[in-house]
Amino acid sequence: MTSRDAILAAVRANQPAPAPSLAAVPLFDRPSPSLLKDFQETLVSMGGKFVADVDGKALDALVKSLFPDAAVVCSATPEARGTRVLDGNSDPAALADVDVGIVRAAFGVAETGSVWLSEQELRVNALAYLAQHLIVLLDPKHIVGNLHQAYRDPRFKAARYAVLVTGPSATADIEGVLVHGAQGVRSLTVVMVPIEVSL
Amino acid sequence: MRPVDHAEASSHFIEAKAHLEFHDRRLWDLRLKRDRQAHGIPEWEELRNLASAIKEHTLSHLADYLERFEAQAKSNGAQVHWARDAGEHNEIVHDILSAHGAKTLVKSKSMLTEECDMRPYLETRGIKVIETDLGERIQQLDDEPPSHIVVPAVHKLRDDVSQVFARTIGAEPGNNDPHYLAEAMRRNTRPYFLGAEAGMTGANFAIAETGSFVVCTNEGNADLSANVPKLHIASIGIEKIIPKLEHLAVFIRMLSRSALGSPITQYTSHFRAPRPGTELHIVLVDNGRSQRLGMKEFWQSLKCIRCGACMNTCPVYRRSGGLSYGATYSGPIGIIIDPAFDIRKYSNLPYASTLNGSCTNVCPVKINIHDQIYKWRQVMVERNQLPLVKKEMIRIIGKVMSEPQLYRAAISATGLAIERLPRFAIYNWLNPWGKQREVPEPPKQSFRSWYIENRTSR
Repeated sequence: MTSRDAILAAVRANQPAPAPSLAAVPLFDRPSPSLLKDFQETLVSMGGKFVADVDGKALDALVKSLFPDAAVVCSATPEARGTRVLDGNSDPAALADVDVGIVRAAFGVAETGSVWLSEQELRVNALAYLAQHLIVLLDPKHIVGNLHQAYRDPRFKAARYAVLVTGPSATADIEGVLVHGAQGVRSLTVVMVPIEVSL
Repeated sequence: MRPVDHAEASSHFIEAKAHLEFHDRRLWDLRLKRDRQAHGIPEWEELRNLASAIKEHTLSHLADYLERFEAQAKSNGAQVHWARDAGEHNEIVHDILSAHGAKTLVKSKSMLTEECDMRPYLETRGIKVIETDLGERIQQLDDEPPSHIVVPAVHKLRDDVSQVFARTIGAEPGNNDPHYLAEAMRRNTRPYFLGAEAGMTGANFAIAETGSFVVCTNEGNADLSANVPKLHIASIGIEKIIPKLEHLAVFIRMLSRSALGSPITQYTSHFRAPRPGTELHIVLVDNGRSQRLGMKEFWQSLKCIRCGACMNTCPVYRRSGGLSYGATYSGPIGIIIDPAFDIRKYSNLPYASTLNGSCTNVCPVKINIHDQIYKWRQVMVERNQLPLVKKEMIRIIGKVMSEPQLYRAAISATGLAIERLPRFAIYNWLNPWGKQREVPEPPKQSFRSWYIENRTSR
């Protein structure tokens, strides 16, 4: 008998009496005067930075003002130019010297201050982790209330890799002292930029 | 094998005053943060009920859901392996690594690989294993197991970490600034992320519907381990399965709130399929779980999502430290899991509790933890696993309690004894309750004699 069959047989033999089948999980929808404000508050509480309403054309100037010393700026979205073109086929380790990564999120979650990214948005997943700093563009119209709504998004089922990013890499493993930039990005800046409708 | 002596190990922990005070305060602070988050969500109790129901449903149909998960994961392009026990798990992982010629493995924190004692197995076979969670790495470099399932090095102070890093990764001796120490580790680990041939993660949840699994970290170290090397191995305990994505929402809303008092971990990462040109291997591990599923009183412990809330709230855990349990899992959840692995070795653990029930009250999946602790005590008696002193005490107490006259005589004698006896006669090794605490002042009168004096009618 293979291990697979042995395990499944043991599980079948030992399973407790069937518990009731499950009803759909409620959405726990709560009306909020401003999802954007909720999103901003939670994001900031998680150590993220929030930049309101930026004109898409002013993006490169914004990046320059936020990170004046950045030598390598690598953008996964055509909306920002950066200094290095991101090749979707490139070796992830080649991103080791990136100072600032830029990516557009598919949507945000107000409850947790999270942004949703997948390989579609990131092109190279490691960009969100090997870069020293990460800038995420988010259309303020694309914010859902809570995680119940977020997990109804069909893109979860299509993405090979999907991540809810909430603030920068953080640790409090030494005496509970909060340190940003544990292993991943040292800072996360979420910039509200509406998606431009092409004519 | 001698049973782990939790009380004896705790006494060493308690001797280090500064450590004890910090440990107690830090974990209680996590509990308070957890409360603030829980109270901020009106549907919190409903979420706990849902989480419990989802886990009970899944565990009672586990074989079907495992098959569904496997089929879905395979159709996503992942390779699925099954391991009956720790030994088979370690062999499978080693075989995969060998087949790829991998010499270095970067990994994120996984209690399962601790349970399997995987690191020494791989290291003796020439594979360098690098833990990439800061707390776990501190413990690896200090050659100690994690003392807490969420914050592995919580029993250490900054000076301890400073000494470990100075000794092992060339950090500046005497520099105990946590920012400096975390940065030193970042710089030390980065080359491993870039050069390792393989990465490994555990999983917090595995979703049958999608064949995907979820890893929650604050450091992003799981994402680096999985997204830089060309090979990703994920070790997953078979109890981690949940049916659908909509169920995942319930657990993600509660996991970090219960664990650390934050609304979510910085990174909640969903792995469904390998990146093009890379391989994803999933190892589904039983290691005693299927057997525990058949234990009528104890299968509910398989609902655990490893948040650690029961540890943070436990007065015994906070004042004895995780290492004193001498097991992979410590604190209240450890007490109810460990004896299922080795009843003799962990026969004393069910007594490392005051049965106050706080663990049960904070558990996000509503495991009846303190009931199970009590039931394990009964099992220990039935299986004759009680130490002689405890057995004799229980025999005497049982006799005294069952005979009213004897009981009354004992009560008044105890009162007199505490009032009249010199300190050394009360605070000595025969009375463990007199350690680190004062025996309460005896009441002037027993209830029974008060009642006889004061009753007005028969």
